[in-house]
Amino acid sequence: MSNPTTAVPVHDERPPAAAAPAAAKRPGAPRNRAREWATRAPLLPALIFLIVVTQLPFVATLVISLFDWNSFRPDRREFAGLENYKTVLSDEALRDSIVTTVLLTASVVIVSVVLGLLLALLLDRKFRGRGLVRTMLIAPFLLVPVASALLWKHALYNPEYGLFNGVLNWLGGPQPEWLTDTPLIAVEASLIWQWTPFMMLILLAGLQSRPLETMEAARLDGAGNWQIFRYLTLPHLRRYLELGTLLGSIYIVQNFDAVFTMTRGGLDTANLPYTIYETFYNAHEYGLASAAGVVVVIGTIIIATFALRVVSSLFREEVSHA
Amino acid sequence: MPVLTLRAARIPVVALTAGALLTGCAGMGGGSSGDKTVNVLMVNNPQMVDLQKLTKKYFTKETGITVRFTMMPENEVRDKISQDFANQARQYDVATISNYEVPFYAENDWLLPLDSYAAKDKAFDQKDILPSMRESLTAEDGKLYAEPFYGESSFLMYRKDILAENHLKMPEHPTWQQVADIAAKVDGSRKGMNGICLRGLPGWGELMAPLTTVVNTFGGTWFTKDWKAQLDSPEFTKATKFYVDLVRKHGEAGAAQSGFAECLNNLTQGKSAMWYDATSAAGSLEAAKSPVKGKIGYVQAPVEKTESSGWLYTWAWGVQKASRHPDNAWKFISWASSKEYEALVGKEFGWSNVPAGKRSSTYTNPDYKDTAGTFSEETRKAITSAKPRDPGVQPRPTIGIQFVDIPEFADLGTKVAQEISAAIAGKQSVETALKNSQKLAEKVAEEYR
Repeated sequence: MSNPTTAVPVHDERPPAAAAPAAAKRPGAPRNRAREWATRAPLLPALIFLIVVTQLPFVATLVISLFDWNSFRPDRREFAGLENYKTVLSDEALRDSIVTTVLLTASVVIVSVVLGLLLALLLDRKFRGRGLVRTMLIAPFLLVPVASALLWKHALYNPEYGLFNGVLNWLGGPQPEWLTDTPLIAVEASLIWQWTPFMMLILLAGLQSRPLETMEAARLDGAGNWQIFRYLTLPHLRRYLELGTLLGSIYIVQNFDAVFTMTRGGLDTANLPYTIYETFYNAHEYGLASAAGVVVVIGTIIIATFALRVVSSLFREEVSHA
Repeated sequence: MPVLTLRAARIPVVALTAGALLTGCAGMGGGSSGDKTVNVLMVNNPQMVDLQKLTKKYFTKETGITVRFTMMPENEVRDKISQDFANQARQYDVATISNYEVPFYAENDWLLPLDSYAAKDKAFDQKDILPSMRESLTAEDGKLYAEPFYGESSFLMYRKDILAENHLKMPEHPTWQQVADIAAKVDGSRKGMNGICLRGLPGWGELMAPLTTVVNTFGGTWFTKDWKAQLDSPEFTKATKFYVDLVRKHGEAGAAQSGFAECLNNLTQGKSAMWYDATSAAGSLEAAKSPVKGKIGYVQAPVEKTESSGWLYTWAWGVQKASRHPDNAWKFISWASSKEYEALVGKEFGWSNVPAGKRSSTYTNPDYKDTAGTFSEETRKAITSAKPRDPGVQPRPTIGIQFVDIPEFADLGTKVAQEISAAIAGKQSVETALKNSQKLAEKVAEEYR
C-alpha cells in the first residue's frame, strides 16, 4: 500500500455536488458533438485502461463468486448460484468478521479524525520548531503497514520484552498482556497511530486554506475562539473531514497487515480481508473468497455513504442554525 | 507543505484499487524454449535463497541447464502451485512442496513419480535419504513423489545452567509430566524468566503443530481410522488441557500471540528456561551472535504413551506430471538435494546453513558435526524415530504426525487453533473450545466417510 503524497498547493475547489452541470447541449448540433468528441478522444485510452484494470477484475470476481470452486478439487468445480453468498452471511466466522470489520473501521476512523483535528489545530499555530514537529507527526503514516504492525507487536505490546510493560515494570505498575486482554483495542490503537497523521494532513490543509479576512472580521465583531471554530472553521473543514473519513474508511476496511501480524485473527479480531485471505490461501475456496470480497466492496460503499451522510447532516444542521 | 487536493487524491485511490486487483494476476512466467531450461517455483526460505545464489555458478556451469526461479512466501507458494499443477499448466517443472501436500497432490495425479529416476541415479544415493523422510514423501500407491531438500522434527530445548542452578536433571527421554514439573520449578528462578515457551498463536502450522504431537502421545487423535472426529474425546481433551494449563501457569506472557518467532526471541533473550519446538530452531540458538550459545541442552520430544512424539516436516522437490523437461528437472533435484550441494553450502556460507535433516551422511560429516555438534545428533534421532504412518496409539486414516493429510486440514487446523488460542487467552474453557472444534471436524469428516 503506498500513500498518496502528491504535493500540490491547496486551492479552493467547488464541491463535486455543486459542480456545474455539463455544458448545455443544443440538440441536433452534429458539429458540436464532433467537437465534444474531439476533446474527449485523448482521454479515451486512459478511460479504457481504467475500465480494464479496475472493472474487469471485479467482474471476474463476481463471476467466480457464483461457483463452488476449491483449487485442490478442480474436477468438482460447478455453478452454485448465490450459495456462496448464503454461506458468507450464515457462516458464523464470516459473520463475526463482518462485525469486526465494521467495529474496527468505525472506531479507527472516528478516533483518527478527532485526534487528527486536534493535532491539526495545534500545528496551525506558529511556534518554533513547527516544521520539525510536523515531520515527526507524519512519520507513522510513512511506515509500511506490516512494519508498523511488527513494531507494535514486538517492540511495544510484547509482555516479555515490550516497551509498554518495560516502562510499567520500571514504575512498579501492573503487567497487562495487551494483545490478550484487549485484542481488538490493541489492533485499533496501532492503526489509529498510523492513520491520525493522514487525517491531520488533510485537516491541516483545510485549516490553512481558511479565508483570513473572514476570521479577522469575526474577531472584530467580538467572536471568541470557540465561536470562530464552531461557526467558521468547522463548516469550512466540512469537505476535508468528508474526504478524510471517506479515504480512511476505504483504506481501513481493507487493512490486513495489522490483524495478520499481531493476532493471526485470533480472539475475535479477524476482519474480512483477513478472513478472505484465510479462505483463499488456507481453505482454497475460490468461490467463497470471491463472494466475501464482493461483500467487502458492498460494505465499503455502505460505510462510506453512511459516513458521508453523517458528516453532511451535521453541516445541514449548521446551515439551519446559521 | 505537502497536502492533498480532492482531485489529486482520487488518482492514487484508483491506482491502489487497480493494484490490489492486479496482484492476483502477476508473475506469469514464460513458457519453455529449447530444452536446456527448468522452471522452479519455491518458497522464499533462507535455504532456498542460498540455492538460488549457487545455482548459476555451479549447476548451470556444469550442466548447461538454465534454472528460472520464482520465489514466494509459504501461503502464496502453496496457492500458486495448486493452480499451476491442478491445471497441469506446465508453467513450472519443479516446485517445493511439503510432506503435507505430497500425498493428496499425488492422489490428484499432479506429480511425476520419481522412483525410476532415483534408481538410475547412483550418485544421488537414494538409500542415504532418511527412511522417515522417504516414507513421508511416498503416496498411498507406494510410489515416491518428491525428494527432500531439508527436513525437521521437534524436540525439547532447555537451559542447562538454569536447571543446574535448581539442582534439576533433565531425563534422557522426558515424559510431559516430568517436563511440566521442571517447568514449575524453574519458573521465575530468574527475574522475568518463565518455565517453558509453547506456541499459542493460531494457525495449523503454528499452535496446532506442537499441540497435535502432544495429543498423539497422550493417546488422542483427530480422526479414527473410519473418519470419526475425536476432538472431544477424553484423550484429546486431556492433552489440550495439559498444554493449555502448562502454558497458562508456567508459560510465556502473551502466549495466545506467541508463535515460533516469539518463542525464539524469548529463548535468546533469556526469558524462557525451556522450549518445545522445531529442531531447526537450534541453528539460531547456537548462532555465533546468540547470547545463549552453548547454554542450551537438547532432548527428544517429551512423551506419555508413545515411544517418540517429534513431528516431521520437510520442504521437498516435486515435479509436475505434465512437465516438458522431466529429465532436466531430475538433474536439478539430484543436484540440489545431493551430498555435494550440502558440502558446497558448508564451504560457501558455513556449515550451520546446510539444508540438513534429510540424509544420514550429513550426520556423519565431521565438518557438520563440528558446527552443529550439540544438537545434530538429537535432530537425527528425532527425525529417524518419527513414524508418519503410526504417530499415535491407534490406526490413522491418513499419513501425517502433526497434521491430518487432507486438503481441508489447513483450514480446519487453523480454525481449531483459533478456538484453543482463545482458551489459552482465558476467554473460554478448553471444553468449549473443543466442543466447537469437534463440530468443525465432524463437518470435514463427513465428506470422507
